[in-house]
Formats: sequence, C-alpha cells, structure tokens
Amino acid sequence: MKNGNKRWFAVFVGPTFIAFCIAFLVPFIMGLYLSFCEFRTVSDAQFVGLQNYIRAFSENSDFLNSLWFTVKFAIASVISINVIAFLLALLLTRGIRGTNLFRTVFFMPNLIGGIVLGYIWQLIINGILYNYGYSITSNATFGYWGLVVLMSWQMIGYMMIIYIAGIQNIPTAILEAARVDGAGPFRTLRSIIIPSVMPSITICLFLTITNSFKLFDQNLALTAGAPSKQTQMVALDIYNTFYGRVGYEGVGQAKAVVFFVLVAVVALLQLYLTRSREVEN
Amino acid sequence: MSKKIISLILCVICIVTLFTGCGEGKTADIYFLNFKPESADAYKEIAEKYEEETGVAVKVVTAAANTYEQTLKSEIAKSSAPTIFQVNGPIGYQSWKDYCLNIENSNFAKLLSDDTLAIRDESGNGIYAVPYVVEGYGIIYNDAIMQKYFKLSDRATAINSADEIKNFDTLKAVVEDMTAHKSELQIDGVFASTSLSSGEDWRWQTHLLNVPLYYELSANDDYADPTIAGLNAKEVAFRYATNYRNLFDLYINNSLTEKGVLGSKSTSDSMAEFALGKVAMVQNGNWAWSQIKDVKGNTVAESDIKFLPLYTGVEGEERQGLCIGTENYLAINKNATAEQQQKSLDFLYWLFSSDTGKDYVTNKLGFVTPFNSFTEQELPSDPLAREVVRYMNDESKQTVPWIFTSFPSDVFKTEVGGALLEYVQGNREWTDVENTVKSMWKSERE
Repeated sequence: MKNGNKRWFAVFVGPTFIAFCIAFLVPFIMGLYLSFCEFRTVSDAQFVGLQNYIRAFSENSDFLNSLWFTVKFAIASVISINVIAFLLALLLTRGIRGTNLFRTVFFMPNLIGGIVLGYIWQLIINGILYNYGYSITSNATFGYWGLVVLMSWQMIGYMMIIYIAGIQNIPTAILEAARVDGAGPFRTLRSIIIPSVMPSITICLFLTITNSFKLFDQNLALTAGAPSKQTQMVALDIYNTFYGRVGYEGVGQAKAVVFFVLVAVVALLQLYLTRSREVEN
Repeated sequence: MSKKIISLILCVICIVTLFTGCGEGKTADIYFLNFKPESADAYKEIAEKYEEETGVAVKVVTAAANTYEQTLKSEIAKSSAPTIFQVNGPIGYQSWKDYCLNIENSNFAKLLSDDTLAIRDESGNGIYAVPYVVEGYGIIYNDAIMQKYFKLSDRATAINSADEIKNFDTLKAVVEDMTAHKSELQIDGVFASTSLSSGEDWRWQTHLLNVPLYYELSANDDYADPTIAGLNAKEVAFRYATNYRNLFDLYINNSLTEKGVLGSKSTSDSMAEFALGKVAMVQNGNWAWSQIKDVKGNTVAESDIKFLPLYTGVEGEERQGLCIGTENYLAINKNATAEQQQKSLDFLYWLFSSDTGKDYVTNKLGFVTPFNSFTEQELPSDPLAREVVRYMNDESKQTVPWIFTSFPSDVFKTEVGGALLEYVQGNREWTDVENTVKSMWKSERE
C-alpha cells in the first residue's frame, strides 16, 4: 500500500505542482529579482541594487499616502464585514422561515466580479449624489465610504457562510446546559458561542484583512484613485507606478515587494493572535 | 478496477487542460498593435483583404482607450511580439528607442512627402518612426443651432454667422447669450460635458493646454520650432495661464452638466450629447466623426458640422487656425526577424500606396495622411476631415502645431487633469492648477 501511494503521488500532485511553479513560484522569484533591477520589459533587466527601494519612498509621497489610505480602509471594512456577517449568521441559524433563501441572497454578491461590482456601485452612488450636484470623485470621503460599502456588500455573504458553519458546529448539549444554568442570550453569546467559533473568526479575519489590503479591481472601477490619487490604494499605486510611466518599472516592483512583506506580517500576526484564543470542543 | 480507470481519466484531463493554454494556434507574420480604438473594425477588414490578396496573415490587436503603453509593454516582452507598433512623438520614441528599427531606406518611409516629419535619433540620423495621419482639433459646432441663434430677434450680439467669430471676446459673448436663450434654441447647454473622469481628461490637459503653451514656446527665439523648444524647456512660466482659464471656464460655465458631476463624464458622453443635438458645441478633433455618426438617434446633419479654432483671448488670435499635427507614428520592431520586418514594411507600403489600400485609408479610416501617394482627390469625405483640410489650405490662417508631443510625460498630463478636476469641484483654487503645470513640468523633465 505504501508503495502504491508513492507511485500515485507524482500523478496527483504533479500537475498542480507544475501549475503552482509556473503561475506562482517562478513569477514570485522573478519579481523579487526584478525589484533590484532597472528594466523596460521583464526580459531586459539590469541589476541596480537597492536604488528602486529608495526611490519608492523618496521621490514622492504617493506610496505612503496610498498605504495610509489602505490601512484606514482595511480597518473600517474588516470591522463592518465581520460584525455584520456574524450578526447575520446568528440570525440565520435560529431556524426562522426562509433561512435558505436569505442565505443564498446574501451570498450572491460574492459571485459577481470586482470590476462589474465597482461599476454597478459607481452608478448607484453617482445616481444618489447627482441629486445634490456631486459625483463620487467630488470628495475623497465619498470614495472612501463607497469602497467600504462595496467591499462589505461583496464579502459579508461569504463570511456569513463561514460563521454559520461555525455556529452550527456548536454541540446543542453545551447550549442547553448553559440555558439550564440560567445564562441569558448575551452570556451565552459571550461565553459559549464566540469562544466556540474562534476558528471561524480566525479564518474570516484572515480573509478580510488580506483581501482589504490587496483590493484592486473594485478600486480601479469605482474611483480609479480620483480625485488627485486621494482614493488610490496600494495595489493601484503599484500598478500605476509600474505601467503609468517609463523608467519606473523597477520602482513599482520594489513597492510590490514591500507591500508583500507588509501584508504577510500583518496576516501572520493576526493568525498568531486569534489562534491562541481558539478552544477545543 | 473501474475506480482506477476513472482516476486515471481525471488525471489525463487535468494534464490536458493544463497545457491547452500553451497552444498558440497559427502565428501571423505581421502583428500590428493598433492605437486607435475608433479604427479597430476598419483594420480588421484591411487585414482580411490583405491576406486575401497576398496570402500573408496580419494579426491586428487594438489596445483599449488609454492603455496603449501598458499593452505594448506586456506584448513586446512576448516571443510573438508586435512587429508594427506606435510611438507617440519624440517623447514616446525616447521610451521605445531600443525597439525601433531604422527604416530610412524602406519604400514605406520614402512615401513621406516631407521627411522632416519623421522621428530621427539624437544626432538626427536615420528614420525610426513615421507619422501616418495628420489630424486637427478645435471647437466642433452644430451650424443648424447657430443659425437658429442668429435668427433670434432679441439676441445681444451684432454678428450674423458663426464664421464671424474670430476671437475669444466674440465667442464668449455669443456663447453666454446662447446660454441665456437656451430654451428658445431647444438645447440643454452650449457646451457638451467637460469630461474629467479618469483617462477621459485628455481634451483639456493635453489638447487645450497645447494652445497657451504654444504661444509661450513660440516666443522663444532660440529655437525655430516650438516643439523643439518644448523638448528643451527645463521649465515653463505658463505665461498664458489666464487664456487657458478663459476658455476652460467658458466650457464649464455654459455646459449642460453641473460642475460637480463632470468628474464622472467621459468623452463618449460628450460626443453623444452633441450628436443628439442637446448642445451646440464640443471641443474635439476630426477623429470624433465616427463617434458622432454612430450615435443612435443622431440629429446632426453632415453639412452642419463645422470647426472653430480654440480662441483663448491671445492678442492677434484672429489669424489663429485649428491645432493640426500628429502624435501617431508607426515603428517597426527591431527584435522581429528580418523576414517579419520586411513583410511588415510591405504591408504598410501596400496600405498607403496601393489603390485598394488607399481606398481603405480615405474612406474607412478617414485619415488625412502626410504621404505623397495620395492625390488631392483622395481625401476623406467626412465633414470634419474636410474642415481640417480647408483650414490647412487657408493662407490667412496660422495653424497651431501639436506641441504637446513635447510635454514631459504622461504623469505631467495626469497631474494637470487631476488639478483641473479639483478646481471644477471647488476643492482647489485656479492658482493650484497653474502651480501644478509649472511644478510638474519642472519635476517631470528632470
């Protein structure tokens, strides 16, 4: 049996592993190398050392501005998505009529692509703001809240499903025991439900934090950074640096590497913090 | 047993689907990366016709509006890179010079009636890119609405036709009086939306800005050619900023669209407003004809579409003509095989010199070309191109060349566009626009 497994290992893992190398590992290593190079197209690179990293921070404040904007956005959207998704999950596990219908409806926005969603929300928000003689680019605050609303609308359904799965896994015996012991709904929530769904919270926080930082399509479609790059998030800034001007390809690449390290650190820190609070049933 | 077979089949499917993406299909010898989205369909037809006549396959890919540089950057790194691509004037050539072939001795380059138009290297040798179309822009107006206005008995201006508008003061008086008579003229505003959404602001940050900077740069006695003066200018004083503001303010104050929502309007929105007869004027060039023509419910008659120069209130502007020039230059990829290069040059020579090719150029693409293979009869028949030719041949008018090909970079233009948007929305003052032009020119030139 052991030999059989080994023989099949290559067949089953092989294709995926090759795909992983072509689509992820090779571009990643190339990208890391290119961030130390001056280049026009990826095939004509010249090594220049740390210069790109220095230029990324020193030439203008675009990168830091967009980083700050991204952090503000991530905080607001992570809170709104997780709080609303958790409340919806609580509501839709109480066996009320039409539960399945509601679950489907809330999940559906997640099936639409980011660019399409961005344009849909641009139409909706502009449709409202036109009445007052504004548009979404009139003010960076509109763009900021527009992005938060859009992101929440898209992600809440997905996170809700994860929370529902977590809540349904709580053994009814524990809940009944709590009730018999005289715990009210809030006490049950605080002492039983939240500790029991900690694994779901870990995964949901991880997904929302990384997705909020990496947001690109929605940003491009909704505001494209207007007015004056004030609603430009890091991913869009990297794209604009790389493609928007000749001679800045390496700088864009350096920004991308800095961004990768930053997201990795934040995500790992979050995983460590929430993991330590998980309990075994 | 059957389970094993199923898993085997699944594996095979996995591997097959993994590699199908790598199949390239038939490779064409000529790969033309087209810059003009409005000509995409015409080029498809031309490619089919050429293959039918000569058997040489031509692959045409059109980059979406305002994404040419991005598309070119990723396409040219591929093994089957474009063989023919476009550079946007001397600044564009600087970014792509490592990829441009010297085509001085080709038949195609020899078609140029004036070879000083071509792009040469720093020392003035060789020909690396050849312009293929001459275009003009100004204020497009709907003469039917103008005539309606000039028939009004209670109008405040003294002139009797749009031809008599010869300077900014007259233009301003007419436009403001037309705004006052909006309802009688059955229009929603005089000017179409001043589109300022991202990527749609080139009519203002590039084309309109050309006029004030032309006057400034042509006053520089060190250079005979204002474009060369622009390429060498480390800084600009933006001496004609007030003139720039004059016309820009006139646009936004007499538009059918409220200022606050201009940030969400696109060029196609403005052209549709014009085509539907909701407005009397719009700033754009002769390439916009296809956009006007193809709008459903178009109410503008072909004979009513005319051009006015961009008057901004500069002294002596009565003689000013349209802004005419080119930013469209074709180059051949130096890294393509010799065979591909020759085939690409043959294709371009065929397009701009054979009878079939020229027919497509004048009637489908609607180009006024700088080539000697075209006779005076072989000019596009669309009203805007005819207007451009009329202005070009009018001895009493002084054409404003496209000096914006010397603007330091795309970032310069984008920043100016951003400043204009914030000015329109009232978040920033006009002086910020002026400062952006000056400071961005300086920092981007370095």
